[in-house]
Amino acid sequence: MDQLLFASEVFINGLMTGVMYSLVALGFVLIYKASGVFNYAQGVMALFAALTLVGIMDGQVPFAHLINAAFGTHLSHFSWTVTPILAILLTAAAMVLLAILIEKLVLKHLVGQEPIILFMATIGLAYFLEGLGDVMWGANIKTLDVGLPQGISDTVEQVTANWLGYGFFIDRLDIWATIIAALLVAALVAFSQYTKQGRAMRAVADDHQAALSVGISLQFIWIMVWSIAGFVALVAGIMWGTKSGVQFSLSLIALKALPVLMLGGFTSIPGAIVGGLIIGVGEKMFEFFIGPLVGGATENWFAYVLALIFLVFRPQGLFGERIIERV
Amino acid sequence: MKLKLAGLVAGAIMAAAPAMADLIVPNLSYRTGPYGANGTQYADGFNDYFTLLNERDGGIGGEIIQVPECETAYNTEKGVECYEATKAGALVFNPLSTGITYQLIPKVSIDRKVLYTPGYGRTSAKNGQVFEWVFNAPANYWDGASIAVKYLLDENGGSLEGKKIALVYHNSAYGKEPIRTLQELSEKHGFTLIEVPVEAPGQEQKSQWLQIRRDKPDYVLMWGWGVMNQVAIQEAANIRFPMENFIGIWWAGSELDVMPAGNGANGYKSLTFNGVGTDYPLYEELKTHVIDPGKASQGGQHVGSAVYSRGMYAAVVIAEAIRKAQELAGTSAITPEQLREGFENLDMTDARLTEIGLPDFGPAFTLDCANHGGNGMARVQQWDAAEKKWNLITEFTEPDAEVLDPLIAEDSEAYAAEAGIEPRTCD
Repeated sequence: MDQLLFASEVFINGLMTGVMYSLVALGFVLIYKASGVFNYAQGVMALFAALTLVGIMDGQVPFAHLINAAFGTHLSHFSWTVTPILAILLTAAAMVLLAILIEKLVLKHLVGQEPIILFMATIGLAYFLEGLGDVMWGANIKTLDVGLPQGISDTVEQVTANWLGYGFFIDRLDIWATIIAALLVAALVAFSQYTKQGRAMRAVADDHQAALSVGISLQFIWIMVWSIAGFVALVAGIMWGTKSGVQFSLSLIALKALPVLMLGGFTSIPGAIVGGLIIGVGEKMFEFFIGPLVGGATENWFAYVLALIFLVFRPQGLFGERIIERV
Repeated sequence: MKLKLAGLVAGAIMAAAPAMADLIVPNLSYRTGPYGANGTQYADGFNDYFTLLNERDGGIGGEIIQVPECETAYNTEKGVECYEATKAGALVFNPLSTGITYQLIPKVSIDRKVLYTPGYGRTSAKNGQVFEWVFNAPANYWDGASIAVKYLLDENGGSLEGKKIALVYHNSAYGKEPIRTLQELSEKHGFTLIEVPVEAPGQEQKSQWLQIRRDKPDYVLMWGWGVMNQVAIQEAANIRFPMENFIGIWWAGSELDVMPAGNGANGYKSLTFNGVGTDYPLYEELKTHVIDPGKASQGGQHVGSAVYSRGMYAAVVIAEAIRKAQELAGTSAITPEQLREGFENLDMTDARLTEIGLPDFGPAFTLDCANHGGNGMARVQQWDAAEKKWNLITEFTEPDAEVLDPLIAEDSEAYAAEAGIEPRTCD
């Protein structure tokens, strides 16, 4: 009985962790769906967004170290701090600005190139953003507190203890992440289904040549999609950064999104969600049942194994579009 | 014209390269990558102490110390490249990475360079009869494991019988180092050891902490580095694990590790072999000669932090070994062989640390031909979240030599057999 309860606790926590993975995977899907670009820089965008958010909240002077070195000043912080809501809005605006710059300076010059060229451009972008984030805001680990609660949920623990005789652990941050992810997905679906810009985005995703022929601006759509992906990166950065502090490792959460994408498909928003949940639950259950037998620490590799098993049966992923090319 | 050009080129090369008489101590640092936040602080402390000696004293024994820096990104291949790129004329290396250390151990023996790995690297390098060129004083990982258990023994009236101790460790060569020692200690003291590996980098540890919540260990020890530490401390707070029963190795004991968890980290403990904070006379000197004139590494933003202090302590030990080598050799322009002699005759006394301006900052220890690791002493510090500072809560404690000495002998002899090394005799 105890084992069943423990396994149930692991299962639920796996689902919650899966939501956190999905948040990262969503950004990849949005850009890939609209432009066919696999954005290697998505993880770094989450780091950059979180760094910018903390910097704005703390009133940090951007590029302070550079300015101090050049002019012999001792700048560090402004005399103000910014509320989390305002800082999130300002960071979202910064991500829009970043999207505009990426379109103007990188993507515009690569229209019509092979997807691999665009992919390589995003690798360059990732390294550039990594360095820019460090130079702008410093390489220190920063504490991020936007007011999200953390720690065990007493309610869940008490209710499950009363009902089942064992109090389940669920992190309140994970509960919030689930709510926020659900709202985010609902907003994205509503946007793509019911707004003019959303329909234009879907048209570009379906056939960008045809979309161009009916007057849809590819430039505008790309900026819009990268802005939305930037906002999704900000949300992922807030969730992961609240847990571990904002630091370079945030960029590595992209590695957690890859098996989710392989499993859910690169073009499906529901795929990113379901894929995240399957990976989250799968890796946690495997670690719980099999981990102790093989020395533990199985999660990183098992996520990829699970995704590969799915690929054998559905190469396009669970929700991906099947591509059939006839010669 | 050609002569002028050749002259200019030669001048440029001479200006760029360290002067031949300078003492070269490369800093294989990492300021980028997942461990860059820690690496930056360590490198700053290391650089600043040598800058102080250069600015205040004109170097050591009249020789300026050059500290060329090379970025390893905590990557073993890059670390080896950095070693190869900076080894010409270099005296000693301190790569702050167990992975890089393992790769450099055979190389330094061939190149005849000193490798100094305080608190990290290969534990059995303490045996100077086998590892002639490697030094790991004042303490190594096995010392750390033993001191943690000794501390818990003190906390439990001398007995850990029937207790459960979990080891949460970075699933790497570094993280696995204490396992053997803890297994021996668990047999000796009758506690149950639960091993909980965390895959690097350690951003996600839900499974591990659910396991700890289920198994309910009395204590948790942690061998972590980088993001693994911050996440582990946060997860421990999340499951309401009593922080005073959670003890990290010294590499899981910096401000960077505890700050993200805020008040949740209050009471967390870690081992340390160096002092923290700026309440030492040396910092006045540092302020006058390095920070105020704008010569501090990275502007001096990390001065006094736990990892900065450890980097500075490494530089202090190297500087003292250089002094001893100069004294023994009767020359200021020493060679790596002479520096090794300096290390093997090093006597870090409390009086000398006080003279340097760092009273009670590190343990007193002596090294010799056979003992390259000192007496392995460390102490326990505890985090005060309200004051945002570490408080030292024990004196320096010696590890359990009865358990450790045979392990060191066994491991170093195995290495000697594998590498075809005939252990030297030390009289």
